[in-house]
Amino acid sequence: MKTEDFEFLSGMLKERSGLMLTPDKVYLLESRLTPLARKRGLDTLDALVQKLRMSRDEGLIKDVTEAMTTNESFFFRDNTPFELFKDHVLPAMDKARGTQKRLRIWCAAASTGQEPYSLAILLRENWMKWQNWNIEIVGTDICTQVLEKAKAGTYSQFEVQRGLPIQMLIKYFRQEGDQWRISDDIRNMVTFRPFNLLSNFIGMGTFDVIYCRNVLIYFDQTTKKGVLERMRKCLADDGTLFLGAAETVLGITDAFRPVRGHRGMYVPTDGAAEKLMGLG
Amino acid sequence: MKLCLVVDDSKVIRKVARRILEELNFEIEEAVDGQDALDVCDRNMPDVVLLDWNMPVMDGLDFLKALRSREGVEQPVVVFCTTENDMAHIRTAIEAGANEYIMKPFDREIIEAKFSQVGLL
Repeated sequence: MKTEDFEFLSGMLKERSGLMLTPDKVYLLESRLTPLARKRGLDTLDALVQKLRMSRDEGLIKDVTEAMTTNESFFFRDNTPFELFKDHVLPAMDKARGTQKRLRIWCAAASTGQEPYSLAILLRENWMKWQNWNIEIVGTDICTQVLEKAKAGTYSQFEVQRGLPIQMLIKYFRQEGDQWRISDDIRNMVTFRPFNLLSNFIGMGTFDVIYCRNVLIYFDQTTKKGVLERMRKCLADDGTLFLGAAETVLGITDAFRPVRGHRGMYVPTDGAAEKLMGLG
Repeated sequence: MKLCLVVDDSKVIRKVARRILEELNFEIEEAVDGQDALDVCDRNMPDVVLLDWNMPVMDGLDFLKALRSREGVEQPVVVFCTTENDMAHIRTAIEAGANEYIMKPFDREIIEAKFSQVGLL
């Protein structure tokens, strides 16, 4: 690929999705965009780049952005963030929100839905406790294609075997041909909608828990800082933020600080969440 | 090092499973059917059994029932690993005392995920 074509594409991707593409990732552009070019009746990736340069075709730009974002996900991914949710976050929220019985959770890079559904399953496992609560789980992603799959709640045999204990498959899924569909009880607990983390967060309201895992790694420092600081503004003072295992707030922003001994868990620097969770 | 008994009438499957599990630091014993597996268990009880369903002589389910009725022994973790991939089979296996269930085809990631769920990794 010509250097100027790479620069054009990576510039466009950064502007649209925050995705930082370094020159060693040229192979990713080639492997993911060549099939898209063919689908559009273009012979080569060069032709696709030409078309993008000439037309600024919004539909095509969107397809390119979606093809380049990574959408791998599985149930109870990394396990710890879910253990912490169950053992610390939920008891703390029970204490702090026991009167209004209202809980809002945001999965900011929900991909095909496994993360918000895993949280819904954990709540369902202790449903006696939570059934009278008004619980909102919002799953957002920049990629509308993955959100369609998330909404359908249908997964392949391969997908339900990565991270999902068999007892939960029995309890919360039913078989439809060679696919497995999550039960309506779980599906109805989660709302999915498209959202770009580069946009402003006005209208998101206030959340008690935010999961934003394995997405900041694709952003540069300035973009990370912006996203984290906007997240702070829509997270309750006693709320909790979960980042991916390879991500951190350190050296990026003072809005959050890590919870000692619990990797991936962050709280507002000026907040009271740790004390509430018995972790302070 | 934990001992895993791989029970499958297919030599290819046993070989694939052995390779994955050895990489995950398990010591491996092999058995070709349920009866063969019971003999191994009576001689040297493994920590975990990776168990096919359909096999000649004695199938996986009968092996599991016989194993679970053994008294005075340290019961191993049993993970089914079979092409039977419908809910009825899964329920039957769990009710008979299986701890986890893998639907074939499997790969390293699935084995790793399931083995860590039952606390073996």
